[in-house]
Amino acid sequence: MHLNNGTDPHAIGTKLPAPEARYDMVVVGAGPSGLAAAIAGAGEGKSVLLVDENPIPGAAMGNDVPLLFGGRMTAATQNAERMLETVFMSEPMLEAAMEAGVEVLLGTSAWGVYRNGPGITGLPENVVALADKDRGWIAGYGELVLATGARDLAIGFPGWNQPGVMGAAALERLLTRYEAFAGKRVLIVGSHDLALSTALLAREKGVDVAGVVEVRNAPQGDAALAEAVRAAQIPFYLDDAPAEAIGGIDGVERVRLRSGAEIAVDTIVLAIGLVPSIELVDAMGGKRVLDGARGGYIPGDNAGVTCVGDCAGLADTGFDHVEYRMEWARELGKLSAPDTIVCQCEEVTRADLLGVQPPRYLERPAPMAARSLDTLIKDGPPNPDQIKRLTRAGMGVCQGRRCRDQVAMMLATAANGPFGTVPLATHRAPVRPLPLRILADWEESEDMRAGWDVWFGIPTQWVPYRDIDTPREREHQQAIAEGWSL
Amino acid sequence: MSYVGMPTPSETPQETMAKIAGTAAKMKVVIVGGGVSGLSAGWWLARSGAQVTVLDKGIVGWEASGRNGGGASHYQSPLFEEEQRMWPHMDELLGYPTEHQQERLVIAISPKQLNQYHYLAKMNNDMGYRVDLLTGDQVRAMVPLAGDNCLGGMHYRFGGHANPQRSVQAYAWALQDLGGRIVQHSPVTGFETEGGKVIAVHATSGRHECDAVVVAAGPQIQALMAKLGVEVPLAAARAEMIVTEPAPMMPIGGVDGNGLYGRQTLRGNLAYGGGPHEWLETFEAGPPARPSSPLTRNLARRVAELFPKAAHLNVIRSWAGIVENTPDGRPIIDRMKDPENVTVVTMSGVGFGLSPASGHAVRDLVVDGQCSFTDVAKLSLSRFDGIGADWREQRGWQPAKAELAA
Repeated sequence: MHLNNGTDPHAIGTKLPAPEARYDMVVVGAGPSGLAAAIAGAGEGKSVLLVDENPIPGAAMGNDVPLLFGGRMTAATQNAERMLETVFMSEPMLEAAMEAGVEVLLGTSAWGVYRNGPGITGLPENVVALADKDRGWIAGYGELVLATGARDLAIGFPGWNQPGVMGAAALERLLTRYEAFAGKRVLIVGSHDLALSTALLAREKGVDVAGVVEVRNAPQGDAALAEAVRAAQIPFYLDDAPAEAIGGIDGVERVRLRSGAEIAVDTIVLAIGLVPSIELVDAMGGKRVLDGARGGYIPGDNAGVTCVGDCAGLADTGFDHVEYRMEWARELGKLSAPDTIVCQCEEVTRADLLGVQPPRYLERPAPMAARSLDTLIKDGPPNPDQIKRLTRAGMGVCQGRRCRDQVAMMLATAANGPFGTVPLATHRAPVRPLPLRILADWEESEDMRAGWDVWFGIPTQWVPYRDIDTPREREHQQAIAEGWSL
Repeated sequence: MSYVGMPTPSETPQETMAKIAGTAAKMKVVIVGGGVSGLSAGWWLARSGAQVTVLDKGIVGWEASGRNGGGASHYQSPLFEEEQRMWPHMDELLGYPTEHQQERLVIAISPKQLNQYHYLAKMNNDMGYRVDLLTGDQVRAMVPLAGDNCLGGMHYRFGGHANPQRSVQAYAWALQDLGGRIVQHSPVTGFETEGGKVIAVHATSGRHECDAVVVAAGPQIQALMAKLGVEVPLAAARAEMIVTEPAPMMPIGGVDGNGLYGRQTLRGNLAYGGGPHEWLETFEAGPPARPSSPLTRNLARRVAELFPKAAHLNVIRSWAGIVENTPDGRPIIDRMKDPENVTVVTMSGVGFGLSPASGHAVRDLVVDGQCSFTDVAKLSLSRFDGIGADWREQRGWQPAKAELAA
């Protein structure tokens, strides 16, 4: 019981609901690391809930949630029943987890973590917020294990904003688990381990691999992998980069490289790198740190929350992922035009972002047009969320999945600093787009309904000025206060 | 460029600007707090020729000023008519877009709500501000996202909304264009007084000499004014909002009701807040965090009820802001007696929409000692003289335990 907000009937008090269920351990993400943690927890006699957002609805996949699918999934991904089956069949450890007593919920996303702490004390306990295709709810946890993996890093170039430009993790997901890749011939961008193994996987799955493009002058990945790619007669295009993706109504048809080579492909696979999925940690106000060798921003030390697998940071092989992707970002930036789109959802161009200009539906009078990142920097260290709100880059339905990282890279480059000069824009709950009707608490308490008000519940606030200190004041106050609750 | 439902202004904003030009020439003014009230005051003062320096602990508009519902329809305020006169001209006067849009609709899905809206409609019509009552069918014709559950509503033929972050930035940039200085990341550490006046403001950025000071630092006003021996009773609380992906544009985007405030943005997003607040301890350095809570779910429910035809839309973000309130929820706009060159402004949680007018009022107090366009006597600090130290307890506004909030 919280007595922290006095007797104010409109204060939060105890109105936030207790969780529907409580577990000793909640694990988010049913990849190998999450499964191992869940099974180990159950083995210690803990009550364990394991959730995984896959399979996610086809509509969300169309928005590149959670991976950069680039519109290259077949209609098979629209069959929810089949998708659930593929997830289950592709991971034998799921059955082992269930046998160990773990409660497993697939198609269930964890969209927020709420903890009492700075700025909030009204929660009955720490909770993780969940949603499946039918409803949202909250669950209490003793320990929280995040095994949310890593996601695709997108870096734009002319023509990247059309179907057929996708990420390596998304391709792997479509080729293996879902068997639902709609492309026939692909070009791989990048040549570190991720790119090389993606090329080999695609070849193994019968996809025509037109080549591997590398901005540096040699393949970056493991020598044996590079040799295997060569042995598979997949050509390398070294010291090169995609200058433009050219396409038609169905998206990419061919790509033109900086060197002038034109290659007919229907899919360009961005395999420059993966980004640890720190959305939940960041959105709960947790600590994050920058570690180039482990893939960029990774979770810091956060009490009560354990991160395992790729979301804790990629395996450190001594390769500086951040330096590598910055090199790519600089090169693709040079190949881009001012009107090359950075944020697809909000149609923000490079020039708009670097000019800190408002969206196109607003006018840009002369003083506005004279503003830029440079003028903003003169006022102090630029804040990524301020730039986000002014330009709208990252404010669309994909929640910045496609542009958050490249915006940070572009801003750092423009500010002549290393990655992190302008930090990554923050994540906010829900960390996955969720419909109002799913997110809604349709079972809210009478306490919440009765105590609801529009704004602070201070009736004197709304009395017309001329009626203050007159007999009419009380009448207004009563009429106003009576109508607040529903 | 004025409203159907408001009295016709006697003067254009451009005429006002011409009138004030040069009236504060060479006056050095330090504004403490780069929120919307401080920035508007700074802008009005700079239009009057003053040399303005704005000091902010962080970046401009980063607290409640830049993250609120964007409403501009606060008919209860003595500043309201001035606000309504100014808003339609602000883009032009500032030189930057604010996304200001005119008029509002408030729609009911319960008989209780409808009763209250009818009361408010009459209250406004009595003041000469035109509000038209609407039937459910009329609402459905005007609000494509409304549903069969709508019982009716009201149409304010005045008021409106704007984009908070963009507007705050517009004030800040316009102030710079007039030669004003904005010093960010520069918390104020103290005041230097002499002869009953503040002669300099000390901040982490250094010593800033001044002829006048405006303290507009939101919840931090209390601690700042305490340094000058002036007690300003304020209590801060957290308020939360959510936003959806874009919906098809409605003819009037300023639609709320059902216990919510908010708007459809010019991009189409539905951005709404409301519901229980959490009283918090105030820290001189500012809020340690601005977390949202599972109240997101209750907000989602009410938005889905308000707009049944938008219930399928994805929520893509939630956020929170820390807002200060006075004991009666009304602003304090007052020039102190001692030190006599200090003016305090807090709008008690309703500052964004009224900002074009609050800045004018503060400019008048700083330059002329009195407000030229309306009576603000009932907004003086002295109304709280003798308020007990336990005023929060008396109202039941107990803050969260400090050790938890810190």
